[in-house]
Amino acid sequence: MMEKKEPHIIVEDLTMAYGDFLIQRDLTFTINRGDIFIVMGGSGCGKSTLLRHLVGLQRPAKGKVLYRDFNFWDAEPGERETIMRSFGILYQSGALWSSLTIGENISLPLQQYTNLSPGQIREIAALKLSLVGLTGFDEYYPSEISGGMKKRAGLARAMALDPEILFFDEPSAGLDPISAHLLDQLILELRESLGATVVIVTHELASIFAVGNNSVFLDPETKTMIAQGDPKKLLAESKDPKVVNFLTRGEGTKKE
Amino acid sequence: MPATGSMDARSGLSFDLLSEDTLLVRLAGDWKLGNRLPAADEVMKQADAGPKIRRIIFDTEGLRGWDSGLLIFLIRIQELASQGRTVTIEQDGLLPGVKRLLHLASAVPERKGARREEARISSLDRLGGSAIAGWKSFLQTLEFIGEAAIAFMRLFSGKARFRPSDFFLIIQECGAQALPIVSLISILVGLILAFIGAIQLKIFGAQIYVASLVGIGMVRALAAIMTGIIMAGRTGAAFAAQLGTMQVNEEIDALKTLGIPPMEFLVLPRMLALFLMMPLLSLYADLMGILGGLVIGVSMLDLNFMEYFNKTRESVSINDFMIGLFSAAVFGVLVALAGCKQGMQCGRSASAVGEATTSAVVTSIVSIVVAMALITVVCSVLNI
Repeated sequence: MMEKKEPHIIVEDLTMAYGDFLIQRDLTFTINRGDIFIVMGGSGCGKSTLLRHLVGLQRPAKGKVLYRDFNFWDAEPGERETIMRSFGILYQSGALWSSLTIGENISLPLQQYTNLSPGQIREIAALKLSLVGLTGFDEYYPSEISGGMKKRAGLARAMALDPEILFFDEPSAGLDPISAHLLDQLILELRESLGATVVIVTHELASIFAVGNNSVFLDPETKTMIAQGDPKKLLAESKDPKVVNFLTRGEGTKKE
Repeated sequence: MPATGSMDARSGLSFDLLSEDTLLVRLAGDWKLGNRLPAADEVMKQADAGPKIRRIIFDTEGLRGWDSGLLIFLIRIQELASQGRTVTIEQDGLLPGVKRLLHLASAVPERKGARREEARISSLDRLGGSAIAGWKSFLQTLEFIGEAAIAFMRLFSGKARFRPSDFFLIIQECGAQALPIVSLISILVGLILAFIGAIQLKIFGAQIYVASLVGIGMVRALAAIMTGIIMAGRTGAAFAAQLGTMQVNEEIDALKTLGIPPMEFLVLPRMLALFLMMPLLSLYADLMGILGGLVIGVSMLDLNFMEYFNKTRESVSINDFMIGLFSAAVFGVLVALAGCKQGMQCGRSASAVGEATTSAVVTSIVSIVVAMALITVVCSVLNI
């Protein structure tokens, strides 16, 4: 994408901790509008925790998260909710509400935030489901469909309110390679057509290189970020053995 | 080459002194964990016996099979050899598979601090820790009650967000579907009360007072308590498990990030349903209990139906009914609070859901009994 870059999410000097237990400190990075931003790093480095900080589930121990120039965590709860309404989040397990059907899962946000008639809401839900390839599954309960379908249904729900920012927590975890590839394609497609900013937490190398155009690398040992930028460039240019090791599946050397 | 080692046929371990500084260890037979394996110390005993021994080598020609038992034996020898001895272990004679596994086991050195030391905590420390934990959980409870109160305020101002269909479903689950078990328990409690009363009252020829005993006992206290306990085990546990599982599944996070407060969407309909249904169930339990007493009265005490009915109506006052219904409503709130609180504050694992459910039931039952005691004391002070 060659258009001029406009910062969408800015993280400044962020420190994350559970009580006394430090997860990550001194995180500073910028996510531009239209980016597909990857949060990567080994297991247990705090990737998902970073996501919880970005979407408003956990308050940072220190530092700021800015949406454009709006300080997310210093805002009144009401204002924060307004920003959160522009998010679409796909959770690791899908997190579909198990007591509601797939159709109702997608309708619930629409019922809460729009004045559409029940008929229109049903149509929108059906549309979102068809976008993720689940046409006709409106009446199924989450327990009746497979893991991959749950992820896709979760994505349909995340898209219900036409979000400006889509967050994905390990989208391809637990998917077979073909479904994972299809999901990557879907993510690219959504970015193009909705113009959304996408933030993905993942450690799937294939997805990282296939979709990412910006990234941050979190290191569990030094408990801070040790690299950022386009993952392909990182692979080509990074001198840090940890980063290179990660991006080459532990082989430590770059393929020519 | 004189054979100096002791030969043990079963264990398959024997020794040869190849030269002054080299000890050959012969491994033979089946080196598997189920068999009785020789201790590594024997090798070291041999090595220490010859003061000039510097090398230990292995011969595995007679080895028929091996598993982790052999590896443990070899690792132990290596450990012993490195403890202030100048003996080197040469692995050349070992099978390739054994060598590879030994290499793999020593490939990653032990990370400093990875081994958990048994931490010594003084009892004073522990006492302080549990006091702080207790205080924290008290604060959490207060916070939860506060949030629930705010959700109720929003309900009365008509702004609460929950699906009416959810509410009716919960009403059905904790109302109509509880009727069979409530019937059974209340009838039996009525029967038991009548039986116990009858034995004593018969002595004075005052059987008719069984009706008063059962009537007042059930209406004033027992119906509410029994219903409360049934609902704690049935519905309170279900609330905790449902909400806890939703927490594990990130479903509650999904609600929060959509700006739908879980307090209103999940907790409010549950509390409201139980608050409304408990007095009704308790009223039903009153009738069932009296019915149970009536059965005993008519069948065993030669009272007739009208006699029993009139005595009950005469002795049970409207105050008793009101106290019973009020207690039931209080218990409903307590059970719902305990169940929802444990569910909402559940950790993110399967065992945490189990703990939440258990503690929901325990908390509910304890708070029901404490609340009943308080209500009884207050009522007797106020003379009602």
